[in-house]
Amino acid sequence: MHSRVNKPLKYLLLSLGKINHFFALLLVFVVFFSLPLQASTADHRQFEQLKGPFKTGPDVTKACLECHTEASSQVHKSIHWNWKINPAKFSSDQLITAENAPGKDNIINNFCMAVKTNEARCTSCHAGYGWKDDGFDFSDQSRVDCLACHDTTGKYKKFPTDAGHPNYQAKEWPAKSGKIRPAVDLVNVAQHVGDPKRENCGACHFYGGGGDGVKHGDLDSSLKQPDFELDVHMDEDGLNFSCQNCHTTESHQTAGSRLVMNAKDNNGIDIPGHSKGGRASCESCHDQTPHKGDAAEKLNQHTEKVACETCHIPEFARQRKTKVFWDWSTAGNSKKMIKDDEGYITYHPKKGDFKWQRNVQPEYFWFNGKTDYTLIGEKTTKNEDGSVDLVKLQGNAADPEARIWPFKVMRSVTPRDAVTEQMIVPHLFGKDENAFWKHFNWDKAAKTGMKAAGQPYSGQLEFVSSTYLFPITHMVAPAENALDCQQCHQQKNSRLAKLTDMYLPGRDSFSWLDTTGWLLVLLTLAGVLAHGLFRVVRSSSKEQ
Amino acid sequence: MKQALIFTRFERFWHGSQMLMIFALLASGFEIHGSYQLLGFKQAVMIHEITAWILIGLWVFALFWHLTTGQWRHYVPTSYQLNDVIRFYMVGIFKGENHPYRRKRWAKHNPLQRLAYLGLKMLLLPLIWGSGLFYMFYGLWMGTGAHQALPIIAGLHTAGAFLMLVFVIGHIYLTTTGETPTEHIKSMVTGYAEIEEDENEKE
Repeated sequence: MHSRVNKPLKYLLLSLGKINHFFALLLVFVVFFSLPLQASTADHRQFEQLKGPFKTGPDVTKACLECHTEASSQVHKSIHWNWKINPAKFSSDQLITAENAPGKDNIINNFCMAVKTNEARCTSCHAGYGWKDDGFDFSDQSRVDCLACHDTTGKYKKFPTDAGHPNYQAKEWPAKSGKIRPAVDLVNVAQHVGDPKRENCGACHFYGGGGDGVKHGDLDSSLKQPDFELDVHMDEDGLNFSCQNCHTTESHQTAGSRLVMNAKDNNGIDIPGHSKGGRASCESCHDQTPHKGDAAEKLNQHTEKVACETCHIPEFARQRKTKVFWDWSTAGNSKKMIKDDEGYITYHPKKGDFKWQRNVQPEYFWFNGKTDYTLIGEKTTKNEDGSVDLVKLQGNAADPEARIWPFKVMRSVTPRDAVTEQMIVPHLFGKDENAFWKHFNWDKAAKTGMKAAGQPYSGQLEFVSSTYLFPITHMVAPAENALDCQQCHQQKNSRLAKLTDMYLPGRDSFSWLDTTGWLLVLLTLAGVLAHGLFRVVRSSSKEQ
Repeated sequence: MKQALIFTRFERFWHGSQMLMIFALLASGFEIHGSYQLLGFKQAVMIHEITAWILIGLWVFALFWHLTTGQWRHYVPTSYQLNDVIRFYMVGIFKGENHPYRRKRWAKHNPLQRLAYLGLKMLLLPLIWGSGLFYMFYGLWMGTGAHQALPIIAGLHTAGAFLMLVFVIGHIYLTTTGETPTEHIKSMVTGYAEIEEDENEKE
């Protein structure tokens, strides 16, 4: 075991050379003195209920519930269980009811597009057991998966295709790879439960979209043991934050979700006891005017209109690559998988062509926290360039609640119904004859998927370019790596080149004014030069 | 005709430091404007703002000085000999004529200078300072959304900068039109220049 005491001390010494002394030290002390408090008052190994044997995950959950009587009913209200935002919390202008509230089950993305008919695969990341189709009982308390989040052994793994269950027998994965996943030792895991670590959350959130770093770009396995350069807060040798240091969780309700964003936290520092919905914003700890020293006043004015992340996460996916492009139209064309020289798959027979990128510069948009996602059944419209924006952000320069936010833009080529103009919900996963990953027939996959989703399908399937957005909030870089003013405030290559509904000093000017101005300057110069030259000529001619 | 101290120590300090600061403001201002990249946007903004505040401070002193010493009277416009001076710069200067204006202790600027400096002080500088201060305090008055007045403020400030640059070029060139090319500059340094005895004046 590492010496845990040493790390904060090391950080303390490191921080002496940094500018934000006070807060750094304060945080060090908070972390330092809270270490002993993290020890649980219960040794779960001694509990009769956890002696086992357990046949399945739900058996463990039943044992947990004998003491933690309210746990499942709390989880039942969470986004981790419902995959739905709470309509009461949602602030979009769209009319939201419990039925049409956006959530993982009805939002269409441009990765695997939709959960419908593919549940058993997708729900390997559901905080539950057995959501394999529409028949899942969301009110069954024993279906809650306690271990996915509370395992501390690192040996509990939900099997990728078993609707949220781990494998209870040794099983091969990936299929035909010859690699065997050992059966999970439920008793051992159940006896070693504790607070979730980054690895627990990361087991799903680092691997969303079917692999490490595929989806978000600012969340991948490099955050298990990040250094200061990669993430100043989660730095293993420094603050070593867990996810819930910011995503504060009370009664299993976790603060902070991209589906229900607070684009501008006007509450400032959240003082315990006065907390207004958790610490999942930079301002919750740093306040709205966090800059000290050089140009502090000017920088603090920026926080009104610029999200902290915009400057302080200049690039994401700084260690591992993230997927930035996915072309589904080439899936099934070849049986040969292609990888780049680092081992990232660039062509997958089942999924098509991919592009990966490291050190990605975010794209920037005005955002007031309200997002219109494309839901199953919604008509889509193509942009001038023929692409479909699946996520539409609300907010503009004049919107008091909007700030400039950084986003990962995922660009894909995904199927759409050319007649109904709906994005296709394809039936990808399964052993049946309609599943795309079995028979590579888009028409059948679309017909089956759309039918299950209760939507029409014309038979006219087309592939369109589509975009999907993820706000960038993790991988906060050291202050000295933050964006320089110049990177936005310049005429060419401004990072904010696309945000044209505002006047940005250094980037913008009136070309007629500049032309007139410089012309006037040149004329004056030419005038005085001519005048002077004429004087010289006249005086020398007189001398002769 | 005699040599006399017509630019006092404060006036020379004011003029000299103002000159340096205007050069710094023009250079940093056009960088902020995006015309070129020299020190970087952040450095340029810092230089621009600090210099602007110092110049504002100097200006408050200079205003006070003008009012208390009566020096403001040098800028009262007059049409007397105005045409003569304009004709001199357009024609006479090439013929080797002498400057028609005779400097006096309480009228040390020729009528064209008076007009130019008065225009500078009453029109151009208020335009630059006014728009500049609005620009600088944008964060305070923009309210909650991006204010539509910002581009107008920025445009006025830029226009002022161009006019200032034009003034500076003309001003510097005209320093060379004395008896010798450096006569005027020398008198701005030493403070001494030739003046005509003024019968009506008691020292």
